[in-house]
Amino acid sequence: MALVAHSRHRMVHPVAWWAWGIGLAAAASHTTNPILLVLIVVIAAWVVVERRELGAIDAFVPFLLIGLGAIAFRVVMTVVFGNGIPGGTIILDLPSVRLPSWVAGIRLGGPVSLEGVVAAAAEGARLATTLACLGAANALASPKRLLRYAPATLYDIGTAVVVALTFAPQLVELAGRVRTARQLRGHSGRGLREVARIIVPVLSGTLDRSLDLAASMESRGYGRVPALSRRQRTGASSLALVGAAGVVAGLFGVMSPSIGGVFGLPTLVLGVLVSAGALMVGARTDTRTAYRRDPWRSPEWILSAMGAAVALSFLLAESRGIPGMALAQVPLAWPELPWVPAAILAACALAIPATPLPPRLAARRRGLTHVSPPQGEVS
Amino acid sequence: MIELQDVAVTYAGAARPTIAGATLRIDEGEFVLVVGPTGSGKSTLLRCLNGLVPHFSGGTVSGRVVIDGRDTRDHRPRDLAEVVGFVGQDPMASFVTDTVEDEIAYGMETLGVDPTAMRRRVEETLDLLGLASVRDRPLAQLSGGQQQRVAIAAVLAAGPRVLVLDEPTSALDPVGAEEVLAALHRLVHDVGLTVVLAEHRLERVIHYADQIVVIDGGRVSPLRHPADAMIDSPVHPPVVALGRSMLWSPLPLSVREARRAARGLRGQLGHLGHLGPVEAGGPVGPLGRSGHVSEPGADGPVTTPVNNEPTKAAVGTHVTVKRDGIVALDEVTVSFADHAVTAVMGRNGAGKSTLLLGLAGLLRPSSGSLRVMGQDPAQLRPSARVGVVGLVPQDPGVLLYADSVADECRAADRDLGAPPGRTAALVREIYGELPGDAHPSDLSEGQRLALALAIILAGSPHVLLLDEPTRGLDYAAKGHLVGLLRRIANAGTAVILATHDVELVAEVADRVVVLADGQIVADGPARSVIAGSPAFAPQIAKIMHPVPLLTVADVSAALEPAS
Repeated sequence: MALVAHSRHRMVHPVAWWAWGIGLAAAASHTTNPILLVLIVVIAAWVVVERRELGAIDAFVPFLLIGLGAIAFRVVMTVVFGNGIPGGTIILDLPSVRLPSWVAGIRLGGPVSLEGVVAAAAEGARLATTLACLGAANALASPKRLLRYAPATLYDIGTAVVVALTFAPQLVELAGRVRTARQLRGHSGRGLREVARIIVPVLSGTLDRSLDLAASMESRGYGRVPALSRRQRTGASSLALVGAAGVVAGLFGVMSPSIGGVFGLPTLVLGVLVSAGALMVGARTDTRTAYRRDPWRSPEWILSAMGAAVALSFLLAESRGIPGMALAQVPLAWPELPWVPAAILAACALAIPATPLPPRLAARRRGLTHVSPPQGEVS
Repeated sequence: MIELQDVAVTYAGAARPTIAGATLRIDEGEFVLVVGPTGSGKSTLLRCLNGLVPHFSGGTVSGRVVIDGRDTRDHRPRDLAEVVGFVGQDPMASFVTDTVEDEIAYGMETLGVDPTAMRRRVEETLDLLGLASVRDRPLAQLSGGQQQRVAIAAVLAAGPRVLVLDEPTSALDPVGAEEVLAALHRLVHDVGLTVVLAEHRLERVIHYADQIVVIDGGRVSPLRHPADAMIDSPVHPPVVALGRSMLWSPLPLSVREARRAARGLRGQLGHLGHLGPVEAGGPVGPLGRSGHVSEPGADGPVTTPVNNEPTKAAVGTHVTVKRDGIVALDEVTVSFADHAVTAVMGRNGAGKSTLLLGLAGLLRPSSGSLRVMGQDPAQLRPSARVGVVGLVPQDPGVLLYADSVADECRAADRDLGAPPGRTAALVREIYGELPGDAHPSDLSEGQRLALALAIILAGSPHVLLLDEPTRGLDYAAKGHLVGLLRRIANAGTAVILATHDVELVAEVADRVVVLADGQIVADGPARSVIAGSPAFAPQIAKIMHPVPLLTVADVSAALEPAS
């Protein structure tokens, strides 16, 4: 069954999962075809179910929910404000509000066309799918594991990221405790006013925990870069930041050609080069060592190749104007399926046979569920 | 190894230094215990040792702190990481990674230990602290004792010569605490590690200490021999209290030493009888219900509850609770009488907190029924529930929201439907005068607990639940709590407390229920349940065994007619 022989169950390199997830996210950002978008979400969900390690944070569902919220938000905004898409099929005629002349160009109320609503929903779905893919990457390889591979030059940012990553789950946990405590004082713990009452104790409590974590990292030597002078360090840090900014801007340009135009790809390439330079400068002075780093073998190559292929095929298909990549808005028509990108996308589901099971999940599947209960002392 | 010269620490905005006059010279391989009342500056002293004070927390340090030849003035904590390992109170808050092995390797990775050496040291450390069987587990799934041992292993693996620990056993059950301390003891003896440790529950650690530093009100004593220091220390364990009252010299510090000194005493009190072994499932020792021994701290007739007493304030019948797929309570049938204090004991994760949450109506059993004063607490609306059952949670701070004590009291009166001024009056009764304009988070642990307790009591609940109330309390605050709980119980309330603190149970509980893996394994009068248990026996019971006495007050009272 498996494409790659793997005798041992192991964790797949986090960078590979992120390359795969970001590839899918980039692909999603190039289409508004609902069939393709749904296919992407289904594949991401399937892989998460099959390859998420037991006990890892399930980020996929929350990200998906946020995405659904984004769809709803866009649709509501379109109904209220319109989106300038000329459509003949009026499904709802809201009373129009006459606005003063200095806000000319903004419409409030008025006729709502089916075409406009569908276009808004498709745009929202594109964003939602992108988010779902990032959620899948989060669930498959926690950002904490990813961070172990962050270059030395990004130490300061790394601290901030670790603290921030633990902040959110702790916030949720503490909020639960404080809500319980509100009930002990005779309140329901529900409703807006209650939220307002608990917000300060929850935030300050979580902040205290984060400070504890930062103190622990500091006491354990995080951020020691003895070989680097202050100037070298600043130089390397700014180089890395410029590179990262270039990569982000480039990605943005590639993903939405209307804004980035022809500069998208060159900016991306330049950004990658500068980042690589910064990493090499950093790596020379990196005194950290690696304990049992995840190996980079064929499953990792396959995952990254899948990510790159799907992103590239969607990018090319869209820029060449292959029919079916975008939803036809006026007149509204059910899109056809662009076969080549769809086939490459479907191939991404092969991530399941191509990668080994994570160890604890494998143990659970074998029926050795010694994992779940927090056991007493084993001694 | 560690040298402090006239060290004083003043935090920004503080009128006077938090600690002053610390001059210490700690040699390699010493086990040093830092003792003192709550808020006396123990944590500040410990955090000076690896430079967290002042580099991380701010404040002004005068004098010199030199660790292994490195002055903390120009060495940040990260530069001292291979010399000093620091372990805080809450291991979960200190974890950077997700699994045991990664966490242990983390410090070595940042220090740049060679991968081959690192691999070997991880294995050695896993063995040294008995963690090999859980090496690939997620940290969140470990028990409290395991988590604390991982936190120690994580700093230890980096190979520091000094280990600094701030109340490492405060959240642990007696067995878990013993595991952690035994591991430390072994490290001092076998590896020559220097250990500096602060702890409230002296009965757990004092016999391990080579030297003691006493901090009282910010004044740091020089290093003293434990037996000398305990003669006039403001905080001391029960064994020392017994030794002081019996005028034993030299003062015994361990149960073993005290048993030797107490040979005559046991003979003198032998007429009180022998204690039989405790059997699982509802045992009663021969002396369990006898009236021979006067109750400790009783200021009225104390009802000794018997299992089938008619006044059952809270009853659970075949209660099963599943949380996250794990059976936390398994077919538990139990009842709690009013006019009495019942202690629920058991390992970390045995189901104590779950039982309390169920009784407080915050958690619905998966099957079976819970009744408090004849009502299902989960069905009651929160506003009605506060008059039936009140719970003081493990961290009383989560009950407090206001900016000042006075505001907190006023808000509590409104929340709980009490007449204005009731909470403030309760605070005065429980604790005495609290500064009305102080922020709740600036109060000491004892003060915060008193305030939280007053808020819950303002609802006049018939059943009062307390989850681990003595965490972070010193002996004085604990003594105060004992008297208070007795008064509340005597006034007719059913007091139920979940705790690891065997000394507290010895002082206050009428009845003890022991849980293990969600099932009741012992249920009976406190005297017979805890006196015979190797894990839960208080120090005095161990010293006096087989004479069934639990506290110093018991012993004095028993001697009274003899003298």
